[in-house]
Amino acid sequence: MSALPVPATGSALTVTEDATQGMYVTMTIANQLFGIPVLKVQDVLGPQRIAHVPLAPPEILGSLNLRGRIVTAVDVRTRLGLSPLEDGSKSMSVVVEHEDELYSLVVDKVGEVMQLPTTDFERNPATLDPSWQEVSNGIYRLQGTLLIVLNVARFLRAE
Amino acid sequence: MDDLLRDFLTETSENLATLDVEIVRLEQNPNDPDLIGSIFRLVHTIKGTCGFLGLPRLEHLAHAGENVLGKFRDRELEVTPVAVDLILKSIDRIKVLLAYLEQHEKESDEGNDEDLITALNAMADGKPQSAAAKIETPVATPIAANEPDEFGFVPVMAGDLASLDANMNMAPPVAVSSYAKASEDKPVEAPKPVAAAPKISVAEEGGKGAASSVADQSIRVNVAQLESLMTTVSELVLTRNQLLQILRGQKDSAFLGPLQRLNQVTSELQDGVMKTRMQPIGNAWAKLPRIVRDLAHELNKKIDLQMLGAETELDRQVLDLIKDPLTHMVRNSADHGIELPADRIKSGKPEIGTVTLKAYHEGGHIIIDIVDDGRGLALEKIKSKILEKGLATESELSGMTDQQIMQFIFKAGFSTAAQVTSVSGRGVGMDVVRTNIERIGGTVDFKSIAGKGSAFSIKIPLTLAIVSALIVECADERFAVPQISVIELVRTSQISEHRVELINETPVLRLRNRLLPLVSLRKTLKLGDEDIKANGDAFIVVAQVGNATFGILVDRVFDTEEIVVKPVAKILRNLNIFSGNTILGDGSVIMILDLNAIVSHVGDGGSQLQQAAAVTQSARGESKQSLLLFRAGAGAQKAVPLALVARLEEINRANIEYSEGSPMVQYREKLMPLVSATAGAIIPAEGMQAVLVFADKGKHMGLMVDEIIDIVEDHLHVDLTGRRPGALGTSIIAGKATDVVDAAYYLSQAFQSWFGEEDGAFEGDVLRRVLLVEDSPFFRNLLTPLLTVAGYDVTSVEDPIQALKLLEDGLMFDAIVSDIEMPNMNGFDFVSKLRNEETRWSRLPIFAMSSHATPRDLDRGRQVGFTDYVAKFNREGLLNALHENLKGGVQ
Repeated sequence: MSALPVPATGSALTVTEDATQGMYVTMTIANQLFGIPVLKVQDVLGPQRIAHVPLAPPEILGSLNLRGRIVTAVDVRTRLGLSPLEDGSKSMSVVVEHEDELYSLVVDKVGEVMQLPTTDFERNPATLDPSWQEVSNGIYRLQGTLLIVLNVARFLRAE
Repeated sequence: MDDLLRDFLTETSENLATLDVEIVRLEQNPNDPDLIGSIFRLVHTIKGTCGFLGLPRLEHLAHAGENVLGKFRDRELEVTPVAVDLILKSIDRIKVLLAYLEQHEKESDEGNDEDLITALNAMADGKPQSAAAKIETPVATPIAANEPDEFGFVPVMAGDLASLDANMNMAPPVAVSSYAKASEDKPVEAPKPVAAAPKISVAEEGGKGAASSVADQSIRVNVAQLESLMTTVSELVLTRNQLLQILRGQKDSAFLGPLQRLNQVTSELQDGVMKTRMQPIGNAWAKLPRIVRDLAHELNKKIDLQMLGAETELDRQVLDLIKDPLTHMVRNSADHGIELPADRIKSGKPEIGTVTLKAYHEGGHIIIDIVDDGRGLALEKIKSKILEKGLATESELSGMTDQQIMQFIFKAGFSTAAQVTSVSGRGVGMDVVRTNIERIGGTVDFKSIAGKGSAFSIKIPLTLAIVSALIVECADERFAVPQISVIELVRTSQISEHRVELINETPVLRLRNRLLPLVSLRKTLKLGDEDIKANGDAFIVVAQVGNATFGILVDRVFDTEEIVVKPVAKILRNLNIFSGNTILGDGSVIMILDLNAIVSHVGDGGSQLQQAAAVTQSARGESKQSLLLFRAGAGAQKAVPLALVARLEEINRANIEYSEGSPMVQYREKLMPLVSATAGAIIPAEGMQAVLVFADKGKHMGLMVDEIIDIVEDHLHVDLTGRRPGALGTSIIAGKATDVVDAAYYLSQAFQSWFGEEDGAFEGDVLRRVLLVEDSPFFRNLLTPLLTVAGYDVTSVEDPIQALKLLEDGLMFDAIVSDIEMPNMNGFDFVSKLRNEETRWSRLPIFAMSSHATPRDLDRGRQVGFTDYVAKFNREGLLNALHENLKGGVQ
């Protein structure tokens, strides 16, 4: 079967691309702020009923049905080697599309959409833990905190 | 108009359209050999088909054109604009002739094509005539006059949306044909429009007037478009299922009526879209008559190819996938199956061999039979090939049924053709066929009778997109099992006649006098340890994959549902145990089990399961073996593995002598102790006594029995619970309860009583210490006394973990004998652990012992560090190996 159609159409994309440049959906994992480019994000979900997938790697929580499409839920904490959230029932997730497939990244909390100036962007500090280095595209210096730009492809080990 | 002609017209029109484009490209790009090749083939096809249909005028013209193109191809002629012009003119003429043909169903006899043919021939001879330029496209028929060729014959590329609309409006099915991209595919004949369907107007725009051309009634639709349409419909089906599910829970809903209508319309739409993807299987067969003819010619055979049910339709995706396997199988039948005419006459068969290809629908599946009346599979050839390729050993073969041996034709690298012909015998045969068919959820089955012929039967689903699946539950999770593989469902409980029994913790089920190996879904998917719920209630899904039949233990079985198979996310793709996932009617996401993978997923035992289950339906790790049945004393018949018995003897009781009350007999110039299988039995003084001779290192022991009944091939499933001295337990052999005799017990009895004093024979030596690692109690009990008797100090443990404990405890051995397939840790891992970690044991000779030794296993065994590899039951081999390796002295 061929891939499902991608909703965003070419012309619309070119217009919005400039406008959304530097716009990130932010989320918190273990008090650390992460960001995903807003165009990659399809949806933000509250707690969902997730069907467990036997034999799957530990970070895969399972799959869920999002309006007729199957979404694979990935636990960001487990993927980053952190201990699971004490109260998992309040977790939220960000649905991203990667290579025509939907993934739901389960995080502690989803924040707001932020417009971040490129001047605040920096490369990964060399001392960052290698497993974090791998999934981080770089760091934004925000007031009072730092934001890691998540590399979705590498996060999903799709590269 | 006859079908053949209509097909020809449609196909040729398309080909010509392609040709127009390609020749123009050629002009711009005169040195592209691929392009020339493709143009040449197109014209060649037209010529060939015309010749076949008896259209001499077209044939001659196309032939002249082909000549010129042939010269282009061979670079004997330069591609000049004049030449291209001439070719294009010829093509135009062909179109005109075709138009006439379509209208009158015969070739035009007005005018002739001498002008073009002369010019083309001259061109081919390298003498381009300026006359070529003068040739005008003649106005041969009225239709050609008022209809522009570009429109009349070029298949309309529009219509994707129109077809969708048509379906949406539920108009009568219109002529929408799906075409594969390859131009050789013939169009599908779609039902003719009944009323004024929207499509007619489209067709009429192209072909003015009443005489709308045949080519216009089918349109080319990009396959990707159809695929996406199919996906959309699949989604709709799912949504419909969801709605119906909701509705079921509500009575008197206002939605009832409309939903029923929606249900119906969706089904119709699904059918309609499905139909656009359907092609007659004849398309996949089109080339077979030619192949068989050529083959018959080459091999001097006479073969008649019968094709039945060519109009049977199936999904084009499936069609593409079975095309090659089918071709291969027909070739096989013609090449290997059908004998030479002389041989056929000799065996009283008609001189002409028949290969029959038959396709038909059966309950959502399509069945394709390939039957030949040839010589059948040559069992002996297969056997020698198996041995030659090292796929099995002689003793393993002797333990197999004919059917089981024949299954080897599906193994990789197997080809029995003595000579490699150009058509078959390259050794990439039936294994690829089977893999391809199983990949699309199909199955292959076959029968063969020597001298009568072979019959292969392929069962494949009609379509891959929507399948019927059985929903099962295990550990509160639901899974879908493709219905095609499910044979039956069995409900078990502790009190019902179907009860799950355990053999060495491997669950099996007695089903109609056969033992069905069971796979615990819970264990396979690591959902928990307990196989069965506490009350013993469980369901068993009896499934067949290839020739392996096995049961899957699940907690509950729900309904059958139509599901839309969706591929699993890339991140999960290495989980080959799932063939996809789907959304059920209630909106939940479930995984679809891939039964092929389950069979091979059951750890190391998987391959065995498949092998053993293939025909014999045995449990894991227990292969069929020859058993000697005998009677001794009262009670059940008794059995002993034949491999342990050296000889069967009848001795005259008068020859039995006694020493210290123990019976013995002079045997081969030595004294052989005799032990009665019936404890305390009194041996009559006269008559003949049946004796089973067990031999060991030049020593013999005779077991006296009342009567030798039979030698049978069966599985040794020993129920170990009822143990007593001399018996390993009870098993069902040849349909009867049978005590399995512990040969080791009698051996040790004989050697204690008789060779007791001779223990001193070993005293001069230091006793070699052997560690036996073996999970099966049967073999542990068998080998321990055996090795002890041979002069080794044996310690036996159940698995490598225990063995490693002994290492930690500081024990030392001279050699290790280890099984391969064991729970917790297999023999390979055990050895590589020992070899790789510097310990006291790392230099010990280690012998692998397995009942299933494939060459791959042997290689692997040596690689990881086994000193040698011995088949189970090969006592001599094991003792020799130990002896050889230990004679150098104790380490």
